This record gives sequence, structure tokens and C-alpha cells, in this order.
Amino acid sequence: MVKVHLWSSARSVLDGAESLELEAKNARELLQRLGAEYPALQPQIEKGVAVSIDGIIHNNPSFQPIDDDSEIFLLPRMAGG
Amino acid sequence: MNKIDDISGTEYKYVGTRPVRPDGVDKVTGKAQFGADLYAPGMLFAKILRSPHAHARILSVNTDKAEALDGVKAVLTYADLELGDGGHDLEDDMNHVLENVMARGKALYDGHAVAAVAANSASIAKRALKLIDVEYEVLPHVTDIEKAIAPDAPIIHEDMYTQDMDPKPEKPSNVARRMEIGHGDIEAGFEKADFIFERRFRTEAAHQGYIEPHACLANYRSDGHAEIWCCTQGHFMVRSACAALLGMDLSKLRVTASEIGGGFGGKTTVFIEPVALALSRKCGRPVKLVMDRDEVFRASGPTPSSVIDVKIGANKEGVITAGFAELWFQGGAFPGSVIDLGAMCSFACYNLENVKAIGWDVVVNRPKSAAYRAPGAPMAAFAVESALDDLADRIGIDPIDFRLKNAAEEGTIASFGPKFRRIGLKETLEAAKASDHYNSQLGPNQGRGVASGFWFNFGGTTSASIKIELDGTAVVTVGTPDIGGSRASMCQMAAETLGIPYEDVRCIVADTSSLPYSATTEGSRTTHSSGMATVYAAQNAIGVMCSRAAMIWGIPEDAVDWKDGHARPSGANAGDFEPMSLAEIAKKAHETGGPIAGHCEFEAGKVGQSFGTHIADAEIDPETGFTKIVRYTVIQDAGRAIHPSYVEGQYQGGAVQGIGWALNEEYIYGEDGRLQNAGFLDYRMPVCSDVPMIETEIVEVPNTGHPFGVRGVGETPIAPPLGAIGNALSHAIGRRMDTIPMSPPRVLEAVNGG
Repeated sequence: MVKVHLWSSARSVLDGAESLELEAKNARELLQRLGAEYPALQPQIEKGVAVSIDGIIHNNPSFQPIDDDSEIFLLPRMAGG
Repeated sequence: MNKIDDISGTEYKYVGTRPVRPDGVDKVTGKAQFGADLYAPGMLFAKILRSPHAHARILSVNTDKAEALDGVKAVLTYADLELGDGGHDLEDDMNHVLENVMARGKALYDGHAVAAVAANSASIAKRALKLIDVEYEVLPHVTDIEKAIAPDAPIIHEDMYTQDMDPKPEKPSNVARRMEIGHGDIEAGFEKADFIFERRFRTEAAHQGYIEPHACLANYRSDGHAEIWCCTQGHFMVRSACAALLGMDLSKLRVTASEIGGGFGGKTTVFIEPVALALSRKCGRPVKLVMDRDEVFRASGPTPSSVIDVKIGANKEGVITAGFAELWFQGGAFPGSVIDLGAMCSFACYNLENVKAIGWDVVVNRPKSAAYRAPGAPMAAFAVESALDDLADRIGIDPIDFRLKNAAEEGTIASFGPKFRRIGLKETLEAAKASDHYNSQLGPNQGRGVASGFWFNFGGTTSASIKIELDGTAVVTVGTPDIGGSRASMCQMAAETLGIPYEDVRCIVADTSSLPYSATTEGSRTTHSSGMATVYAAQNAIGVMCSRAAMIWGIPEDAVDWKDGHARPSGANAGDFEPMSLAEIAKKAHETGGPIAGHCEFEAGKVGQSFGTHIADAEIDPETGFTKIVRYTVIQDAGRAIHPSYVEGQYQGGAVQGIGWALNEEYIYGEDGRLQNAGFLDYRMPVCSDVPMIETEIVEVPNTGHPFGVRGVGETPIAPPLGAIGNALSHAIGRRMDTIPMSPPRVLEAVNGG
């Protein structure tokens, strides 16, 4: 199980909890499970999110590996500059 | 002379040196080809008809008279563009891109495209525009954030309800979305504060001010294939957007990026390219379309304007106990301002136990905003860095010491969530404290300001290839347009990896049909991402050369090493053969299996965030309110400066753009909702005589995720200037400045106690 932290305004789907736990071996699997278990998050995931794994932000999350003790943050997708 | 890395001890021959830029001669002799420089046989000239109204329903568009004019070959309206499948790789909502490229049903801002004409000459096209009859129903408009979010504001999109609200709103509004980041308990944090700063800050929209207007040449052929030549930060982005808007297969559209006369984020989307291509499709002739400066201001994307409420508390010991910011950014007439980035950057420099930032994405009747260097960060930093300056004064602590005491470092939980890896903010603050500038005396009517800033830096999808020529030289091919000297940096990294002279490597930016996909040059990603791809492609080619040497020597491939540009037998075979140079191996390529090349296609990650600290000295004329920046220093962590001159140039450019934004640049709208200053005479950007020589100091805390430690440097230098100059002026005047630009009338008002 990995612990996933969400940015504040995404936490409404968790009744205010800061994080949740689920099984995922990579970022893609993480997003698929999040969308399936928390349908309210799916529109945001489809719109685009970034996933931070151990402090490295992946703006195009895909098959980046996740360990059980990885620090995972879901962030709004970043653009521009 | 080789350069020894101070931190890792690695010896570099080319990385960290300052070779002559490969594009320099062409640019100074006028031979470089920019967006408007290409001509094609039978080429037509296009012009765009733009709305004179800030907000109006388009009742009809009659193009009959224009089409009948001699020399007119095609007239285009929204009916000629329709969103097909595609564009999924782009960050923008393609429906909004489509509507921004050509108004559909409503004109949403002064300058919104309504129709376009292609004709034998530009003058005929202009005359034809006057013959297009557009019937408008003028609607109430709003161009100001605070008016747009008021309950009685005219609603721009009747179907827009604020997203991410609980409960969901029952009425439409001009607020597209709410977002929030943070952690801890800010109320408890403010309870612990001995000093609290609370104030509203405002910043006006600024344009990127690139010297080259948007320009393109499109040629749609009768077999359904097409080419576009254009100035852009991302030709793969242009291909995706145009293919989506014209219903084309990606493989049938080849886009070539011209030399580019500045972008700064403003050329990360499309404005005119789909129009030129659609006109070309309609008439079967090549079509050139070039914006004039008025159009650049009125219809391309400036940065958002903003309103920011900030509240920060600190105790007597100089520890920040809580930070709160509420930010409203207008992104023009469409949702998608960079509010997320603004909120996330607000407190990124600091290690705060209790922090919250709330962002609101607001629409107004202005052009759709586009990215501008570290989008969102300068406005947020203006508010937060001003607050810190005021608190430091009241606590009685040096402003740099105050920042050092609260600075983010490795392991700090960022206000936007993750823990920082190794970062260099403290190093920039310490360098600032020790600098000659910070320890110099100020003159009369002068004030000094300090501010820090942050940018994430991006990675992203990236490709590069390298081919080894028969004569032992090499050509690197990348897919990221060079807007800041990246070709020189690629050559340096390739030369360093291959072990051949810098002068023997050439780098070109390939068109979309010649190289796999590469994301746009944006977010300070190119030297990092294309640099990694170049290094990996060179390593790939080295693998091929080692195998060729093994073949020649008749030993196993894994018994060959590569060092200093030579294949060398290793292990049990060490010393059995003379090392073979790259040139010797290249010369035998056709006898040993064919051409030698390497390539890399990957998703670049492992970015290293960047921080900077600026010092500004401002002098005011108390009689006129005129401000002169008398000294300015930029100190920033580059990770590793591949070409220090380019890095310094980025620092200086960011600072100068920040000086312009802080002191003069602004979009001024009249009561009629029309832009009043759409030209460089009235939109005052700084020129060389307006600014001092910008002093720079490169701090190098390497990003361990990059082969040479690169972090990316283009964005961060524009984050601190608004705050640094605001603090300098506040000290010179003796009153807190809270509105950007701090133009002479505003300074005079503050001097006079207003």
C-alpha cells in the first residue's frame, strides 16, 4: 500500500482527510485506482494532474515506479513558461 | 583549459566554458531566417479582421463583397474551422483554443479574430477586411478582476459555474474554478504570531514583449499534405493544434520552427497558424500571415493581472508562524489562468508549519492569457516578499537573515506538498548577504530591496538524435526550438560526452517529420531535457562505435571502453591495441556496418527546482515620481551552468523584464473595454538606457538527476524583481507600495502621502 497525499482542494472527496492509501506499482496504476475508487477525482485526473514521487514532480505521470515507502503527492498539472 | 567541478571534482573540458554561440553570426548579419522571412512561389498574404468590441454577440458575418474583390483568393470565418479529434497532448483546452483563434457566436475581447482574408497582396487583404460586414449586438463588458467577481458583473459565459466548490454554485459566474493548497493550521499559527502583516496587492497584466511578432507561412497541398514554417516555442504543439483544428493526420503536417525573436512563454500556443493553414487549404496557395504589433498586444496572450490578499505572521525570534494568501488571476476571456502555479509558488521559498493559499481563476473581456516566464510566480512573490520585508523591519531583523531563518531546504515540506530534494535557496541568500552590492552604501532618495523567488522547472517528452559523420564531426538534432542558447549547450554536452572538440559538433532543431515528438520549449526544460536526451543519444552512438572497434580488433564488444574520444581495449585485452579515435572509427563506418548514429526518445524527469535571490537599489525623484534602478544583482542556483554566458543572459533578461513590469508596463483599458496602449510608444518597456548593468552570480548546487547537474534557469529570474523593487521603493519612499506597476504617478502619490 502506498500513502497518497492530495492538494487541499482535491481533499473534499476524502471528507477532508489529507491522504489515502491504495495499491499501486506505478503512477499510471495509481491514477487508474484513484479514479476508480474516488469517481469525484476522475474529472480532475482527466483534466490533468502531476504526480510527485519522492520529491520529483512528473507532469506526465505514466509508468514511473512507486515503492511502498515512496512519498506521493497529487498536484495540479503544470504548464507554461 | 579544463574546468574542475567545485562540488563533485569532475573535470569538464567543454561544460562550463563560454564558446562562441553557433547562431550568432547569422543573427548579427541579418541572415537568420525568422517567421516572416520565408517566401514561397505563388504566396498570398493574409490579414485578420478583429472585433472592435470588448464583448459582443456576432449576429452575422457577410463576406460576399470581400470575396468579390479582385485579388482576394480566400475568406475565412469560424465555419471553416471545426474541432476534430486530436490535440490531446496539449495543455490548453482545444475548444478554447478554437474559439480564441476565431470567434464563434460572441466576440469576447477587443481584438478577437472574427474573419480572415488571403489575397495577392497585403494591401488588397486589408481592403477586403473593410468589405466584410459583421453585425454585432454589443454586450456589457468587464475587464477588471474585482468588477468581474462582483455580484452584478456581466457574465461572460452563461454556462460557466465555478468548479471545485462545495456546494456547487447555482448561478453562473466569471469565476471558473477555485483551488487550494497548504498544510497545518493557519489560525493556530497566527495565534502564535507577535507580528502580523495583512494587505491587498494588485498587479496589472504585462506582455512578454518579444521583439518578433507572430508569423507563419502555411502551404496546404492538393494531396492533403501540408507544411507550416513559423516562429514558435513548440512546433510539435503547433502541429497537434493545427491538425486537431483542421481534422488532419499528424503525419500529413510538417511544421518547421524558424529562428525565434523571443517567446518568453507567449509562443507556447497557436494564434494565427491554423488560420493561415485553413486559408491555404481553401485556396490551394501558400499563405503568409504576420501579426502587426497592435495585434500582438490586442490578441496574443499577456500574463494575467492579479489581486492578492496576503497575511503572514511571525514571532519575535523571526520565525514565520503562519502564511496565508488568496489569489485572483484573470486569464482573459477563457478559463485557465495560471492560478495553480501562482498559488503553489506563493510560499515555495519558505519552510512553514502552517500555510494555505487559495486561488480563483477569473475570466474577463481581455485576450486569453498565455504563459510568461515562471507563470504566476512574480505576482505571488510580489505580495509575499513585500510582506516579509515589512515583517523583517518590524521584528528588527535583517531581511536576508529573516529569509535564511525561514528558508526551504532539503527535506522541507513544500507549501504545495512534496518534500524538497537538494535545493540551493540558502546558498543564494548567503551569497546575497556576502555580496559587495548588499554591503554598499545607498545615496539620497535611494532604497534597497531584497526578494527571493522559485520555479519548479519542467521535464517532459523529449527526443534527440546524433549522427557521426565520416570526417569525425557530429550533428545533434533536437525537437526543442532554441530560444535561449540551447544549441550551444547541446553542442557542449555532446562534445563532453563524445570527447571531441566543441567546434566539431553542430546542433539543429529538426522539423516535426524528422524527429520523434518533443514537447515545447517551456518551463526551463530544454537544457535539462533535451540536454539529457543529447547525452543519452551520444552514449548510444558511443555504444555503436565501441562495437565497431571491437569488430575491427576482433575482440568482444564488452571488452571495449570509451574515454576521451577514443575506443580502448579493456580487461584482458587492455594494451593489445592502440586506442582508436572517433574520427578513425567514423572513417571506417561504411566498411563496418554502415552509418553511425545514436538516438534517445524518453520522458525526461528528475528535474531540479530553482531558487534565486535579487537585490535592487531604486532611486526616486520626489518631484516627478520617476524611479531609476541604480544597481541590481541576480543570484540564482543554476544546478550547473553549461554555458555561463547564456545563464547570465537569462538572469539579466529576467531581471530587466521584471524591472519593466514593476515600474511601467501595464495593459490600460478604456471605459469602452478597448486596449488603449497597444504599441511600444504607449506600452513602456525598458531599453538599455533605462537599466544598470545587471550583476549576476551563478550558484551551482547540482541537480543529481541530470548527467551534468542542470536545473534550468530561464523562469526563476523573473520571480523576484517585482518584490525586490517594491521593497526598494517602499524603503526609498517610506510607505509600502502595493500596486504594480509602480509608475511615476503612483510613486508620486505615495511620496505625497496618498
